[in-house]
Formats: sequence, structure tokens, C-alpha cells
Amino acid sequence: MALVLNEEQVMLRDAAAGFLGQKATVAHLRKLRDTAAPECFDAGVWREIADMGWAGIAIPEEYGGLGYGYTGLGLVLEQAGRHLSASPLQSSVLVAATVILELGSAAQKSEWLPRIAAGSALASLALQEGRHHAPLATKLSATREKEGYRLEGNKVLVLDAATADTFIVIARTGGEPGDRDGLSAFLVDADAAGLAVERRDLVDSRGMGALALSNVLVPQGNLLGTEGEAWAGLERALDIANIGLAAELLGIACEAFERTLGYLQERKQFGRVIGSFQGLQHRAAQLFAELELSRSVVLQALQAVDAGDDRVALLASAAKAKLCEVAERTTNESIQMHGGIGMTDEHEIGFFIKRARVAQHCFGDYNYHLDRFACLSGF
Amino acid sequence: MTELEDFRRETRDWLEENCPQSMRSPVESFEDIYNGGRNPEISHPDQVVWCERMATRGWTVPHWPEAYGGAGLDRDHVKILHEEMAQIGARRALDSFGISMLGPALLKFGSEEQKLEHLPKICRGEIRWCQGYSEPNAGSDLASLATRAEDQGDHYLINGQKVWTSYADKADWIFCLVRTDNSGSKHEGISFVLFDMDQPGVAVKPIRLISGSSPFCETFFDNAIADKKNLVGEEGNGWTIAKYLLTHEREMISGFGAAPSKSVGLAALEAFGDDPTGRLANGVLRQSIAQYQLDALVFGATMTRVGDEAKAGHGLGAASSIFKYYGTELNKRRNELNLAVGGEAALGWEGEACHGGAVARDWLRSKGNSIEGGTSEVQLNIIAKRVLGLPDA
Repeated sequence: MALVLNEEQVMLRDAAAGFLGQKATVAHLRKLRDTAAPECFDAGVWREIADMGWAGIAIPEEYGGLGYGYTGLGLVLEQAGRHLSASPLQSSVLVAATVILELGSAAQKSEWLPRIAAGSALASLALQEGRHHAPLATKLSATREKEGYRLEGNKVLVLDAATADTFIVIARTGGEPGDRDGLSAFLVDADAAGLAVERRDLVDSRGMGALALSNVLVPQGNLLGTEGEAWAGLERALDIANIGLAAELLGIACEAFERTLGYLQERKQFGRVIGSFQGLQHRAAQLFAELELSRSVVLQALQAVDAGDDRVALLASAAKAKLCEVAERTTNESIQMHGGIGMTDEHEIGFFIKRARVAQHCFGDYNYHLDRFACLSGF
Repeated sequence: MTELEDFRRETRDWLEENCPQSMRSPVESFEDIYNGGRNPEISHPDQVVWCERMATRGWTVPHWPEAYGGAGLDRDHVKILHEEMAQIGARRALDSFGISMLGPALLKFGSEEQKLEHLPKICRGEIRWCQGYSEPNAGSDLASLATRAEDQGDHYLINGQKVWTSYADKADWIFCLVRTDNSGSKHEGISFVLFDMDQPGVAVKPIRLISGSSPFCETFFDNAIADKKNLVGEEGNGWTIAKYLLTHEREMISGFGAAPSKSVGLAALEAFGDDPTGRLANGVLRQSIAQYQLDALVFGATMTRVGDEAKAGHGLGAASSIFKYYGTELNKRRNELNLAVGGEAALGWEGEACHGGAVARDWLRSKGNSIEGGTSEVQLNIIAKRVLGLPDA
């Protein structure tokens, strides 16, 4: 497949840029933060996003989606990154729907995916337990009972936890922490007895949360797929999630860079615009080079998912590691090149470095994915 | 489709019949690459035979028009020819600066007479060309070149010195940037001329590099003569041609950064072994290699993307401006890692045990990649000013 966007994809990207650049901007995110809004995104805007079909871009048509594939979703996520648009596109559409698609039975997919695609149901994955992404280290236990399972344990870094209707909780039904076997996925209602949802705001002001499960009973029908065999599907879903986050990071980094480039062309010191100084020009040119490389690997990884390429795992870690590196460097340089104004909350550039670090951390940071890239490369 | 299939069958038959067995093995040294010329350097007599046969069909430069010695093949046919050659492991019959650099410039800027005079000789490997660009005081600042060309009616009289002239000691003709006018800005008054190196006014002295080899020369002109019919383009308009050719050269050099067949990571595994988790035992080296291999993968994806965009008719995007800079820096990183992985053996300079110092010599040679054809710093200036639109100081 050629590494270029087709006409349909270009239209989708432009439509997303137009809409999100007007309705879900950094200014809107600031307002949500400063009013301590309980839902962390604008429900009206989400309704419009869903009405345009973007919540179902990657969901197959048989489950009520558009069937455009992940390349299409990646383009929307890139634009969401540019504008720091707050919405459940990451939590419910990119991650949760993909886990259900990978692990669920036909009946479970039919029950959940059309509602996620319509934006009427919000789901979120509850995976991480410690400070870092370590999916095989899962300890949260699920014990078989007469009519289902009893869940016991804690989760952190649950995206949009406060607004999710249902959580996909990764639990251990067998084996020991570190084992691939024995992992299972359960759908747990947000109002299930014994489940406590605690909002834990991170630096990006996007409504992260923690779950405490104490004696939570879930019926047998809420097990996604086969008991103890969730790993393969979960790993594939995480690859896709990381490629989607890489697309978001690409948007964040490109926007931060372009805003910084604009500042270099207008800010004057020593009687001339600071963008005329070679010390800054070379750093800007190097960032440009890194961003062009980033764009290529994100597109290649997205297309690999849609083509069912057997290099998806390698490309997922390549894309996430590269974008973590480039987003970190670009947002750091953005603050530095803006100088004092970049340190103020009033200026918007600070929002980019904050969201970038959270997106970098989710589902494995640079260190995690560079290590995995090396492992998958055979060393 | 049938026409293409016929072409493939004919090509296959012809190659089978005409490609000497000795030309069906991989190129192992520089001597195996045939550059042609009046006194060609060869490692095997079949190189001359193979080149002659291919040239008869216009296949040494298959995409050039037939009138100029090519075969006038379009992209699809050229692809088939290359596939069929690869199928039997056939070497390229001819490789030269005439093909990669002067040819494209003549096709774009040359007169009909110049094309008919010079291109067929390039295709047949009769004349080997070198490039006279850099001077002792005109490196990164190429436009300050000072080699003078005086108008003598039907010819120019050329005086001055070039440096870093690749293979000037082996070339028959030179395409050369000279100053025909000093009155305007430094970019004006530069002309692009062609002349024979075999004349009393031309002297050549090879330069020994830190890698031990001498691919470059100093070239001296003392009343050298260039016929006016060999002025390419208008007098004083040479800078436009020079820039066009530099783009070609940079694309060629940036290709050095492409990922090699055997990964550095796997070579390191042989040298250091793995730990109980299967990871390379030296964690610090492992990280450096992983970073390099990641960037090599991402760079490869970018080359593909830009190629695909060009094919889709989007033109050469802004991304192509980074190729020279990034590709050469990447190649230097790979060579440093080869040195780290190879250890004592990689530092060897002479003798069988270290293959004549191959790793060390490649490593040293790679340092020039980010200098020749526009330094990395000049490339960053170009990106900053032309792509990002940042102002001059």
C-alpha cells in the first residue's frame, strides 16, 4: 500500500481539523479545567462528534461503524492532538472498542460496539496497577463463583473514569504475575456494587481515575472471550492503542512546533527576530526533520493495522517509542524557545507539554517501547 | 499487460543469452564496479563485454531516450528489466557520474547538439566524467568559487584550482563550474562548462584521506581550454544547473543511510551474547543500537513515503529536504556502532584478519558523508530558510 492518504482520508482529516479547531480547542480544555467540570469533556461536542460518525470510524459496518479502518481514526486523533480536544475518542473508541473487537464474542460485539459507535455508551480499559505499564504483572484477581466471578483489587490510569458507563477490567483468573496465561477481561458496570471510582487528575486535566474493586460480582456473561486467554487479543489491542496515541502525539508535537516557529518569527530581541539566530534555526530544522520522520512511521503503522500486516507489533513499538522521543523533545524545545512566556499558565504552549507526557506514559512510555522494539528485533 | 509480459519474456531470454556468467555474482569491491572511460579499470575482462552488449540495447541507461543512447523505457519497463537482472544476479553493466549527474543536467539544460555529442558516449561507457565544483576557498560557500574562464572568442581559457574532485585522476572529461563574470553578486557570473582533461593545461593530484584511500583529487588549471560549444545553458547561468545537480548528488549520498542487510543488533548479539531474558548482554550498547535501528526504520519509511507521494503526483514534498542531513548522520551512527561491536578487530588497519581494515576504513570514510555535497550545517540552514521560512541573520 502506498504511504499516502487517499482522497477520502484527506477529506476526513480536513473535516476533523475544521470541527475540532472550532469546537474542542485548548481554550475549551482550559475552561473545563478551570470550572472543574465533572465530565472532563463537553457532552454536546461529543454528541456532534458521534453524529459525524467519528466514534465508529474504525468499527466494522456490521457492528454499526463506518468501517474506515484505523488509518481514518488515526487522522482524527492527530487532529485531536493538535487542538488538545477533550473527548472519549481515546478511552472508548480507540482503546475499549478495540479490546472488545479483539476479545469479545459475536454477541458481545453486537451488544457493545454499535452503542460505542453511536457515542451513547462509554467504555474504558482498566489495566495498569502499579506506577508503570506492565500488563503481564496484573494481580487483580477474579475468582470463579457459582454464577460468575468475584473481582478483588485496584486499578490506576483509567481514562475518562468518571464518565465511563462500563469498564473492561483485566484480571488474573490463573497463573502468577508475569505469566501470559491466566489473564481474563471482564465488563464491569460503573455502578456495580463494591466498585469505587476515584477521580485522580493528572497534569493534562483530562479526567483520569482509579478503581478499587472489593468483592465485585460479575456475571459469567461479562467475561470477554475465553477465561485465562485474554493476552493475545489484549496485546494486539494495546498495539493499536499505542499506534493511535502515537498519532495523537504527532498532532501535539506538530502543533507545538508550528506555534513555536510562529513565535520565532515574531519575537524580537537584540533588534531582530530571534528566528534569525542560527543557534535556534538549526534546532528548529532538526525538529522539523524529526517530525517528518514521525509522520512516516505513524502512517506506516496505521496502514499495517488495516492491512493485517504481521509487523504490527514491531511498528507499534517503533511508532510509540519514536513519537514519545519526538514529542518530548519538541514540547521541551517549545517551552525553552518561548522563554519566560512559555512558563506562564496564561500561554497555551504549556498545555501541550502536559498532555504529551500523559499520552507518552499511557500503555508504555519510551523506555518500555524501545526495549520492546529491541526484543522484537531479536536482541 | 500482455505487452509487458512479452517484454519480460524477451528480456529474460536476452539476458540469459548475453550476460556472461562472471557478471552474475555480487559486486565485492570498488574494482568490480565498471565506470568505463578511455582507459577503464577492470577486475574482469567480461566487464567490457557486458557493458558493450547492454549498451547496444540502450540498457546501460534504459530510461534515457533512444536518440541519446538509452532505450526510452518507461518506469514499468525499467522495473521489469531490473527485476529480471536481479533474478539472475546480473550486475549493473555501467555506473558513472556521467549517468548519475551530468546526464540529468544535460537532459534538462543542454542543447540538442550537446545531448547528441555527449550522452551516447556516456551510455556506451566511452567517456568517464568528473565533477569540478569545490575549491580551496569555496566549500560550503560554493558560490564564492574563483576559477576564471576568459572569453577567447571560440573558446574559454581556464585558470584556477578545484579540490575534492572525485576520481579526477581516472576521468576523461570534467563538468566544471567557472567564473565568467566578476561584476555582479557571487551567484551571478558562474558558468557550467565541459572540457577534456587530456590537455597540457590540466594537472591532477590525488588526495589521501584518513581512510587511506584516494577517491578525491586536487585539480589545477593553467590555461586549460574549453570549447564554447561546450558551455551548458547561458553564460552566467551556471548556478541554476549547479543547484539542480547538487540535489541529485544529495539524494545519492543520503541513500548511504539505508539499513544494511544484517542488523547491528544481531551482530552485537554474536559479540556479547544475551542475558537470561534473551536481551543483548550489554545494556548500554543495546540502547544505542535500538535507537539507531529505530531511526533507520523510520528514515526508510520516510524515503518510501516521499517516493509514494511523488508517484501520486504530489511532487517532492518538504520531507525530501531532510534526506541528505538525516541519511548521512544515520550512516555515521551506524559506523560508530560497527566499531563498538567489532572492538579490536574493527580497529584493524591492514592484513587478512581484519579484511584489510574494512570496518575502520568505512567508518573513517563515513565522516565525509556529512561534509561532501553540502555539510549537515548547510543542510540545516537550507531547511531553516527555504522550508521553515526563517529569516537571514
